[in-house]
Amino acid sequence: MNKPLFYRLDWMVILCYLSLVFFGLINIFSSTYNTKSQIVDLQINQNYNDRNLLPNEFSNEIDESIDKQINTQKVIQKNKEVNKQHNEIISFKQLIDINSLSGKHFIVFIVSIVFGFFILFIRTQFFQQLSYLIYFISILCLIGLFFFGKTINSATSWYIINGISIQPSELAKIGAVFALSRHLSDFNTDLKKIGSLLKGIILILVPSVLIILQPDPGSAIIFGALFLIFFREGLSFRYLIISIFGIILFISTLLFSFNYIIISIVCITLIIIFFVKKSYKKIKVSTFFIYMISSIIFVLSVNFIFNSIFEQRHRDRFNVILGVIEDTKGLGYNINQSKIAIGSGGLIGKGFLEGTQTKGNFVPEQQTDYIFTTVGEEWGFIGSFGLIIVFLILITRMLNQAEKQSNIYRRNFIYGISSLILSHFTINIGMSLGLVPTIGIPLPFISSGGSNLLAFSLMIFIYLNFDANRLNNW
Amino acid sequence: MIRKYFLQIFTFVIVFTFTIRLIQLQLINSDYKFLSENNAILESPIFPERGFIYDRNNKILVANQPGYDLMVIPENTNKFDSIELGKLLNLSKNQLNLRLRKAKKFSNKIPSIILSEISTEEHAFIQEKLWNYKGFYLQRKSIRKYFHDIGANFLGYISEVNENDINKDPYYQPGELIGKQGIEKYYEDILRGKKGVNFFQKDRFNSVIGSFQDGIHDIMPKKATNITLTIDLELQKYGESLFKNKKGGIVAIEPETGEILALVSAPSYNPNILVGRERSNHYKKLVSDTISKPLFDRGLQAQYSPGSPFKVLNALVGLQEGLINQNIEYSCNGGHFYAKGAFMECHCKIGTKNNLISAIYQSCNTYFANTYKKIINSKTSSSKGVDSWKNHLSSFGLGAYLGYDLPIGKPGFIPDSKYYNKWYKKDGWKAPTIISNSIGQGEVLTTPIQMANFTAAIANRGYFITPHFIKSTNDNKNIKVFKKNYTSIDSIHFEPVIEGMEKVVKNGTARIAKINGINVCGKTGTVENFIKLNGKKTQLTDHSMFIAFAPKDNPKIALAVFVENGYWGSRWAAPIASLMIEKYLNNNVKRKWLENRMLNGSLESEYSKYFSGKSFKINE
Repeated sequence: MNKPLFYRLDWMVILCYLSLVFFGLINIFSSTYNTKSQIVDLQINQNYNDRNLLPNEFSNEIDESIDKQINTQKVIQKNKEVNKQHNEIISFKQLIDINSLSGKHFIVFIVSIVFGFFILFIRTQFFQQLSYLIYFISILCLIGLFFFGKTINSATSWYIINGISIQPSELAKIGAVFALSRHLSDFNTDLKKIGSLLKGIILILVPSVLIILQPDPGSAIIFGALFLIFFREGLSFRYLIISIFGIILFISTLLFSFNYIIISIVCITLIIIFFVKKSYKKIKVSTFFIYMISSIIFVLSVNFIFNSIFEQRHRDRFNVILGVIEDTKGLGYNINQSKIAIGSGGLIGKGFLEGTQTKGNFVPEQQTDYIFTTVGEEWGFIGSFGLIIVFLILITRMLNQAEKQSNIYRRNFIYGISSLILSHFTINIGMSLGLVPTIGIPLPFISSGGSNLLAFSLMIFIYLNFDANRLNNW
Repeated sequence: MIRKYFLQIFTFVIVFTFTIRLIQLQLINSDYKFLSENNAILESPIFPERGFIYDRNNKILVANQPGYDLMVIPENTNKFDSIELGKLLNLSKNQLNLRLRKAKKFSNKIPSIILSEISTEEHAFIQEKLWNYKGFYLQRKSIRKYFHDIGANFLGYISEVNENDINKDPYYQPGELIGKQGIEKYYEDILRGKKGVNFFQKDRFNSVIGSFQDGIHDIMPKKATNITLTIDLELQKYGESLFKNKKGGIVAIEPETGEILALVSAPSYNPNILVGRERSNHYKKLVSDTISKPLFDRGLQAQYSPGSPFKVLNALVGLQEGLINQNIEYSCNGGHFYAKGAFMECHCKIGTKNNLISAIYQSCNTYFANTYKKIINSKTSSSKGVDSWKNHLSSFGLGAYLGYDLPIGKPGFIPDSKYYNKWYKKDGWKAPTIISNSIGQGEVLTTPIQMANFTAAIANRGYFITPHFIKSTNDNKNIKVFKKNYTSIDSIHFEPVIEGMEKVVKNGTARIAKINGINVCGKTGTVENFIKLNGKKTQLTDHSMFIAFAPKDNPKIALAVFVENGYWGSRWAAPIASLMIEKYLNNNVKRKWLENRMLNGSLESEYSKYFSGKSFKINE
């Protein structure tokens, strides 16, 4: 227990972290790789295509045209040789070139390690004491956006300081995790009491509402994942089941006409009552009827919510995913292109920088929201499956270690960051695979985006700190 | 307990779902791979220059010239004055807007054709002002050029493929050119060569950013084949000039080889009008001209009663069956009763006695009616007689498609017993019932090329080579061998008939066709014909018909000439045939008076009177 810190670090998580960041570096580089040098003078080819061959003593002209054709081939050949040379000199140096996105990714990584190194030596108490303060500062940063924020892509989510853009919503995620961990580990917090529960909910809602107002609803949704800590801390699973059931009902209402849904709800309820009544005679039938009626009301209101509260673009996103709308050119363009890119990777992928979809810029936002398409196309099933497995190892390892914690605050914190990583992972990759509606959020460690990498790196280092000290009371 | 693991279980479930989806997308569903190639890779076809077409003396008939398509990328256009652009392109505002809308509907990013096959002259004019209109540009392509205003009927034309063509042959992509008629259609495969493909890498805005995978998938185009036709340019030209202001045609064949020397169909059109942007307008005009029918190849598609030339064939059948010989004579009294109360007129004077040779050169109806009767009655029943007669004729290529190398044609018609048993009751007919066949009227129908072909068979004394248009190709491949067909008539029987045909020209009905120094053999025909005018069957002036070959020994040319409503065979068809022979064998025509008469002679007034709506006289 008093072994040096070095031996107490969770090297498995460090390994996962480093490999993810490095893999991200490679894929960001590939998806932003500039192919300008490969432009072939097509005009020559055009000339050949439409060359004019007037006859009469044309034998010369025929030869000439063949010459032209050979010339075209030569030009293309030459171009290719140039390209080859170009390809060969891609080195680590280029990968971390400061002017490229991958270079920036690398710099943020270095900065994170520097910060992280100091974090490793901070005592847990310090974090716990400052939890609410950090939360407060992050909220202030979010509010400050409305005054000093920079609008990019119609969302006011950034501060630009000396040319460096910072996205406070990423840092607010850490703040929220701190605050929640603190609140849920407080001595007088009891989730069975409505007051404690409400306070927790408010801690989550405040930053999410501020982020929705930016507007950046995608990032706001992520905060919902923090509710998962509540269940670890004793909140009844009933709520989880009800919300999952609600999502299922919501989706099926969009897919099928609600007459069918209501009929099947009634049928399922009756069947359940029939079987349950047989085994447990004491159970009240009325509870089931209450559930049934509220489900029906929910289904009826979904139509209203979907058609009146949602904006058209949100409706479209759902409809594309659910296959209600089939439109691979317009609304479904991104998802279709993403699926094509991933699907075209096959088993082993097309190789680094060889992805045609990636090079062709078919997938928008490929270095951030759709980074997984580059992985899928260039590294194939092996690469994508490997990436998923690394995430699986990372998350389950952290959760496993969390259970060994002697301190509830630290355990809550690890649960919080695990939930955040899991939700990013689920939504981002799910979206690329066409399983989840388009929600623009990055893939942790992989996607380009400094604030995001910094935030998640700091979480990992705090985890390493907490895990290394898991046997300490404080 | 569950609280410790629910999140881990959750993670596993999600990872499991993703894995299944990855397997589905990357390992099972190969469609996505294919789609990606369509998506990110531009297939740019490389078209080989379409093959040239030469005449038999290697004079160029058809080659290529540059044309321009006006393309538009709708996304790149700015606001512009569509009236002004329409004026520049010679399109109405509505037409232009319709095309622009179509282009936009097809794709905003991919270029569409607004105006195709703009000529070089127009191109210069449009190019000058086009900079005003962003998003429009001119793209070069190669279109056909015809060097002579001849042979539109057999050369055919090329135009953009339609949906049908694409469905039939997946080789073609929209916008590509395909042979639509004539030689262009029949020899499409070798004339077009085989297109190659360059693969280019595209980005999602459809702009090419480089060649794909170092071009290892690129396919080089296969060179097109130039073909040499059997047509003699000078003869064809001369034939077409002779048919100015007349309807009808000429089919000339080299008997020894079956090579078609000339195929004239009049009225025709200049093949160059079916090139360029006005093609569809011109084509519509040609199609809608139901009076002259310029797209109708009279040499191949018109089925006429053969008339008197057919008598020669009946004579050959009679000789072969041993029913007549040179010495048998029939007397003719300006015709004869072939049945009770049924008289067939003849122009022989009363008391004429004709043997085979004089019957041929005098074109005696009586002689051939008697011969035909004998043929039909030579078997146990009329049915068998008529079928045996038909077999002989079929061996001359009559009553069926000839098998030449053009996509159009008609089989003609030779009736058999089945046909007559259907029309009359079974055995309700006898030789006199169908006697008109003896003189080439009645049910028999032939196309001019069939007539030229049987003339060639006579010239060859008993065989013909399937007539054809292709002589050679520059790579000596792909040439179909046209086979020798023997007729069912022994060669010895041809000599008396040929002698008769020689006399037709020497001192018979076609003395006008005589050429000094060339022994021409021929047979005139004056063919009754009817059309439906205002729902009534109306007889028109007879068709002028002539078949001939020359010289008598070692014939070099056999031909059939017919002039619609030209009346006597000797009035138009025989002189034209004779001029053609002289032109072909002597290279120049000495009989300028005859040439001028044919060149300047017009039958326009004859044709116009049928459609004037007034009553008219025929055979004037």
